[in-house]
Formats: sequence, C-alpha cells, structure tokens
Amino acid sequence: MTEERHTVRLHVNGHVYDAAVPARRLLSDALRHDLGLTGTHVGCEHGVCGACTVLLDGRPVRSCLILAVSVDGQEVTTVEGLTNEDGSLGPVQQAFLECHGLQCGFCTPGFLTTITAGLRDNPTPTHEEARDMIAGNLCRCTGYQNIVKAVERASVLQRAQRAKDATVVEEGAHRPSRDQVTEAGT
Amino acid sequence: MGQPVQRVEDQRFLRGQGKYVDDIAVGEHALHAAVLRSPHAHARILDIDVSDVLDLDGVHAVWTWDDLADLSAPMAEPLPLLIPHPTLINGRTQYALAKDEVNYMGEAIAFVVADDRYVAEDALARIRVDYELLTPVVGIAASRAAEHLVHEDVPGNVGARLEQENGDARAAIAQAPHTLTLDLDIERSSCQPMEGRGVVARWDADLNRLLAWSSTQTSTGVRAAIAVKLGLDLGQVDVITPDVGGGFGVKINHPWPEELLVPLAARALGRTVKYTEDRREHFIATAHERAQVQHIEVGFDDDGRLLGLNVEFWHDHGAYTPYGLIVPIITSTQLLGPYKPQSYRVVFESIYTNTVMVTPYRGAGRPQGCFAMERTMDAIAQYLGKDRTEVRAVNFIQPDEFPYDHGLIFQDGRELEYDSGDYPASLEKIKALVGWDEFPAYKAEMAAQGRQVGIGLACYVEGTGVGPYEGAHVHIETSGKVKVATGLTTQGQGHATVFAQLVADELGVRFEDVEVVTGDTRRMPYAVGTFASRAAVMSGSAIHLAAKRAKEKVLRIAADALEVDEKDLQIVDGVVSVKGLPEASIDLGTVSVLSNPLRYAFDEASKAATQFSVGDPGKPPVAEGDEPGLEGKDFYSPERATFASGMHAVIVETDPETAEITILKYAVVHDCGNLINPMVVEGQIHGGVAQGVGGALYERMAYDESGQLLNASFMDFLIPYVTEIPDGIAIDHLETPSPLNPLGIKGAGEAGVIPSAAVFASAIEDAEGFTIKAMPISPSELFHLRQSQEHR
Repeated sequence: MTEERHTVRLHVNGHVYDAAVPARRLLSDALRHDLGLTGTHVGCEHGVCGACTVLLDGRPVRSCLILAVSVDGQEVTTVEGLTNEDGSLGPVQQAFLECHGLQCGFCTPGFLTTITAGLRDNPTPTHEEARDMIAGNLCRCTGYQNIVKAVERASVLQRAQRAKDATVVEEGAHRPSRDQVTEAGT
Repeated sequence: MGQPVQRVEDQRFLRGQGKYVDDIAVGEHALHAAVLRSPHAHARILDIDVSDVLDLDGVHAVWTWDDLADLSAPMAEPLPLLIPHPTLINGRTQYALAKDEVNYMGEAIAFVVADDRYVAEDALARIRVDYELLTPVVGIAASRAAEHLVHEDVPGNVGARLEQENGDARAAIAQAPHTLTLDLDIERSSCQPMEGRGVVARWDADLNRLLAWSSTQTSTGVRAAIAVKLGLDLGQVDVITPDVGGGFGVKINHPWPEELLVPLAARALGRTVKYTEDRREHFIATAHERAQVQHIEVGFDDDGRLLGLNVEFWHDHGAYTPYGLIVPIITSTQLLGPYKPQSYRVVFESIYTNTVMVTPYRGAGRPQGCFAMERTMDAIAQYLGKDRTEVRAVNFIQPDEFPYDHGLIFQDGRELEYDSGDYPASLEKIKALVGWDEFPAYKAEMAAQGRQVGIGLACYVEGTGVGPYEGAHVHIETSGKVKVATGLTTQGQGHATVFAQLVADELGVRFEDVEVVTGDTRRMPYAVGTFASRAAVMSGSAIHLAAKRAKEKVLRIAADALEVDEKDLQIVDGVVSVKGLPEASIDLGTVSVLSNPLRYAFDEASKAATQFSVGDPGKPPVAEGDEPGLEGKDFYSPERATFASGMHAVIVETDPETAEITILKYAVVHDCGNLINPMVVEGQIHGGVAQGVGGALYERMAYDESGQLLNASFMDFLIPYVTEIPDGIAIDHLETPSPLNPLGIKGAGEAGVIPSAAVFASAIEDAEGFTIKAMPISPSELFHLRQSQEHR
C-alpha cells in the first residue's frame, strides 16, 4: 500500500514550490521536510505553543494544525521571509537582537511571525497591547520580559524604516519592496 | 567581561537558520523512527505481535527487546545507572525496550523505523501487545504504605535511605526553649523545553564510524554510552550537540533509549535515521521532578536562632533511578540556604512509584529544600511574633565566616563548604527593592479598599559549578581568527557570546574574530556536560586558562620575531606590539604562521614559515617541549563547588471572591560573583522566575490512581504565557567574587527558579492569614483552603 500523493503549489516567501505530498501531510512538516525551510519549529503539535506560526495570506496561523494540501495557491510567509531584501534583519528580528528577546531560539520564529502580523494590524501598540500581541505563544526561556520590550522596540524600528522608505520614494529613488509586496499579497 | 554584549548566535536564530537536531539530514531521505509506549503504568508483557507491521509498505525495521541481543549484546542489558551511591542499594534502570514488564505509562516497548514518521506511527498502531495488569503504585503515600510494590525485589519501595547529621539535632530540639513541627508537600512538574529530545545517526560504512547528533546536555556522555552499548571503540563514535531548544535539566539524563536505538538502526540499516520526540512523549516518557513530602522539627531560642533542625523527607523518584540520588541529596544539603543551624540532621528515603522517572529539573531539589527551610523561617517568625526578615538575619552566616563548612557531604561527594557570600547585604537590598518596610502601610491602604495583599520573601544558596572538570582548546589560525572549542553543550545560554568575550579579553583580540564551538566531541572529546549552573564557571574558567596558554605562546614567538623582551609586548585588537612603540608590531595571523615551521609554502603568508626562513639553524625547528601551531589547551578542575546566592520577594493580591492570585511586584537580588555578561545573566533570571511562577501557581503532573497522566499536553499542563508572568521583574545584583576560580564567577542558570514555591507560599500566607503547606497552589485550591479554614 503506497500512499496517494497530491500535487500542491506552495507560494512561500515569494518563491513557488510544487510538492507531491500525502493528504495528511501537515503544513509544518511540508515546510520543514519537503521544502527544507527548517526555520519553522514544531513545539507541541496541537496548536498551543505557537512555535510553528507562519503567515498565511498575511494572517498568523499554526502550521501544525493545517494540511499542506489545503493551502494550495495561498501565500505563506515563514521566518526565513522576514529579513529585508538586502539580507539585513527585519525590524522585528532586529528588535529581538537588541532586546535579548531570545535564548534557545526555538520558539522565536513563531514570535517573529506573530509580531510581524500584529504590528501590521497595530503599528503603535500600547504596553498592554504589546503584551497581548504575544499572549498566544509559549516561551520557556525568557520569561517574556524582553520579548515584550522587543515588540515595543520593533514598533519604533518599523516606523523609522517606513519613514525612511517614504522619504526615499519621494526622492524617486529605488524603493525597498519587501513590505509592500507582502502587504499586496494580503 | 562585564559588558552586555549582544549575542552572536542570535543572527542565525532570528533568520530561521538555527540547526536543531530535527533540522539535520533534512532532504537526504533519512528514515524516521517511532516508539511504541506502554499505555499502562504497571503490567507484565505476555506477548508482542508485530506480524501485521511487516507487510506495511515503507517500514524498514521493527524491534522489541527480543531483537536487541542479536544486534548488539549490551543493548539487551538495562540502561546504565549513571551516578551510583553507596546507599542506593536498590537502584533500578529500565531497558532500552521493555523486557517482560513495564513500570510507567510511556515506557518504551517497541521501536519502528520507516520512510517517514507518519508511516512509522501507522506501524505502531499495528503492534499488538498482551498485558497482565499489575496494581500501580502512584504517589508518595501509596509508595510508603507499600501495600503493592513497583519492583517485586525492592522491599517497601525504598531505593535508598540516606542520613547526615552535624551535631545532635534531636537533643538540641529537646532542650530548646521553643519547638515547631511542619509537614509540607510539593508536587511534580517538569522541564518542558520547547524542543523535545531528538537523535539523528549516520553510519559511515567506508570509514567504519558512527556520527550522531543528539539534543542532549552532554555529548561526551552520550558518546561513551553509544560506544559501550553498540560495542564500538570510543574512537569510532562522534557525537555533536547542535542547537538545542532548551534543556532545563531533563536532557542531562542519558542515554535515553532512542539515543542508542537510533544509532543501532543507522548501523543495521546503513541509512541515516532520525527520531524526534513529540510533546506527548515528552510528558509520558521523559523525566519529571519535584515531588516530595517533608516533615520538619525545629528548636529555636527567643530570637528565632536555630538550635536544632531535624528534617525527614520522602522523595518520589518514579519508576527508575538512572540519575542516582542527586536530587534528594541536593535537597538535603542545600536546604540550609544562607543559615547556620547549631545542629542539623536530615534523613530521606528515595522511593519508587509507577510514574515517569525523576531526574534533575532546573534547581534540582533546591526548590524543595528552599521551601522546607523558608516555610520553617516563616513559621518561627509567626510563632515569635517577629518580622520574617529578623528571624532570617539572626541565622545568617556572616561575611567574615567564609569559607563556611556545614559538616555535610554535598552532591559531588565533597564537603559542603561555602566559598563566599554576603547575605546581610542581600537582605538589605531585597528589602529596599521590594519595599518591605513600607508594605504594612500599603497593606492597610489596600485593606481599606477591600483588597487583600501579601508579601513574601525567600532566600537561597546554590552550589554551582560542580566538577569534575571542563576543558578548552583555543586555536589562533593563520588568518588571525580564533577558534575556540569546549566540550560541554549549549541550550540557549549564549555560550558562543560569553565565552568569546572571555577569549577576546584575555587574548587581546576583537570579539568578532572569536568563534566558539560547544558540544562537539570531534573538537573537544574531554568534557562533562551542562548542568548544575556549571557552564560559565567550568568552561568559562577553562577557556580563560586555555586563552592564557595561547597568549603565552604568542608572546614567546612574537618576542623572538621582534627581538624584544616578552614583558614589553602587548596585544591589542589582534596585533602584538611593543608597548610605547606601536610601529614594532606583528599581527596574530603572522605569529600563527611562524608557530608552525613548514617545508611547503602554500601561499604568500606561509612562505615566512618554511624551513629556510624560520628559527635558529643550530636548533630543532620545533623546540623541545614545544608543539607546532598557535594553540592553547587547558582544563579547569576545582576542589569544590562555588556557592551563589540570592533572595526573592513578591507582593501578591488574592481575590476575596475567586481566590485568583495576581502578582503585583516581583523582586530579585542575585549574587553570582563577577558578571561576564549582565544581559545574559538577567535573561537567565527572567526565565527562572517565569518557570518558578509556573511551578508555584500552575504546573503539576495530574496522575490518576491508575497511573495515567491526565494532562500530558500543553493544553492541560499550564505553562505560563506572558499573561501569567509579572510585568517587570526588579533585579539588583551583588557581586561577591568566588575565590575558587580565576574569573571570580559563580553559576547563574538555575537561581531564578529556586525560591519560587517558598516565596509564593510566604506571600499567599501573608495575604490570607493561614498557613500554606503545599505547593503548587491554584485558585481553586486556595478557595478550598479558605473553606476548610472557615470550618475549623
């Protein structure tokens, strides 16, 4: 008995992948094992810890609760897709670095994707809103103190970057497009 | 040293480029393993039928205990008892796959290797096992009652009984002006790192060697175990610990069955094999900790001075004892904290239950010891009507009394002798930080509003940096880059950063030119592991010493090349120069070239090192007693542990209606000697406090009477989210250097979690006005406690 496989077209971080997977293949497993994008981590396999969070058409979802065949044609953003086009750290990543927002790093990708989506919905969170933004993700190392700081720092960095980008656009120069492309997809 | 340097490892973690064990061998058609686990807590295995598995497409192997001896004879023997102790007369360990009997729900019975994990789990579902159910022994009370036995040949379910005494505590209590008795209870919890265990192994038939990756806290330990169990020479086995997604103690126990079965399968099948533990397996098949029942008798004078302290406790070690008596020994010794009772007796029994085995979890027995001692201090203060800080202060070991010998034997087999500390100073700091003296006014103010608040305090001392040793190798390459290796592993502590700081300081090189590798037996085969808050102390000291060795050689060669005295040289940013004469200089890369006399020049730089250009033609190119290459290697092996300390205080509010417990303020004073990187140390404290909040207020292992673990998931076992953790943790540092190591440092990893149960019990008791004897405590338990108080 060989398992039937289904062809699925996955759009991940701006790239297109065609994969043949069994119907029961989880999106998390497809990303990690079929596509080799191992930045998405699996911590509990039942949607509680949030380590496997990816953005599906811009919305945060638990990739351990989604079948790969069900996201055919949809836009997936993983932690690997959060860096700036020039390869530098994106604002949420940079904020985690500056604030010591990670220790073992295993839960970090899920926080980064969650906060990326959170700051898109609410670019200037209050302190309470910053805490709420990460209230669905588990971290066993940091006690969350510096992750909350990182949310607030990311908000500042993101606004600074947007302001800079806007100035550059006004001047008619090259426009860094990662944010805009992702947003266009949402 | 002392700077909050940003972490170098974060770059890869933040980009999703970390390499955890499940990220190894992706895309190379590795085979995947899965384990059939016992659904029963106690049963005899009558028959295992795997015939239905064999015709399943994609299955490569299915093994039970019966298959192991043919694969490698030692595999059919029980797993090792890692830390024997003379009093552990009834130590028992499990088999890699159960032989005849299972003793906890989750014990490994069969092992399947298949094309992927999905197919492997399909196969598990086809294995049929016939069991004869035996009565399970669950909980300390049932174990002590011993109406049923976990192991037929272990009378009374007692694995070990250990007694230590300094002075005559019972006589002192009998003669004391005041006495009290306490009966206390602490439940099970567990580490729950976000990444579970995992193993990958690859057998290289061409080289006749095995390479294994494991998410472990000791790669050298796993390597030795694999070699013995697979009948290989140590030199045929390499173990790499890649990035590890948290450990907190549970990954120091080894070898786990899969750490042997996966390499065995890799060799037998000639394929790369991977096992990745899932979360349910982590709950039911990987270690727990904490459960103890304690009975304390104390005699004291009018000031609360401890005249005699007599402690008995029963330690639930689960079904097996692979890690010996380390946890209860630590409880029994570290219980003393910063205090000096005039006499102390402790006796414990380490007892069997049909539950998951117990091995160290962050704190490793200290939280329970701290709970016993600090509950006692609070009880004495209550009895005498004194402030809780006063009773503690009269019992402190004073700064001029170090080194202080407690007259007991610690977990490492050495005397329990504290090296340094300043407990009165810590107490002053914590009182100021939490607002201890102002609290009564605040409490009254809150009471006027119908709100109920309480303050708690707990003090601890933590033996850190236990031996036997760690080593380090520092290699200055011809590029001037510095490659450092130490053998212990990393699971999030930022070793690549803090160890690079130490090397940059000692060697005079740029921080960014130093690269640190940990946990790779190919790079440093002599090592112990990362536990007991020992990495910074042990490997930090070894790295410092190894860098010193390398520096000595640099100066020797540079002095020769520059024709000056070594004493006149300095190294700054990777350049050796003559002090006050910067133009007379040589960079470290060139020194490295000169250190290795060559016959063949392979590039421009190496021309400087050929036999026609280096050294005195009248002497051997490599001097007697010297070695080619610019390297330094050294080991650090201390006489005994170094003792860090600290104090926590918390203000809680308890809801008069719902009994919800809210943390209003959390304060920490922490003394781990000199700080290498304060940012990293504070991160460790934050994480420890959060884990402590979980352990005190939320987390427990809910076993039913049949030994079923009812809450084996993150949905049911309540790890705190940010919403449960205080918004801000006030931290103050005291830096009392250790005289035992060259850097004056002490360990910091576990400290944050040690006083949690004690400090919350103290604060909730203060808020509620009745005694708290058992932890953890949930709102519903507090609610029921209130009701039982009213019915008194």
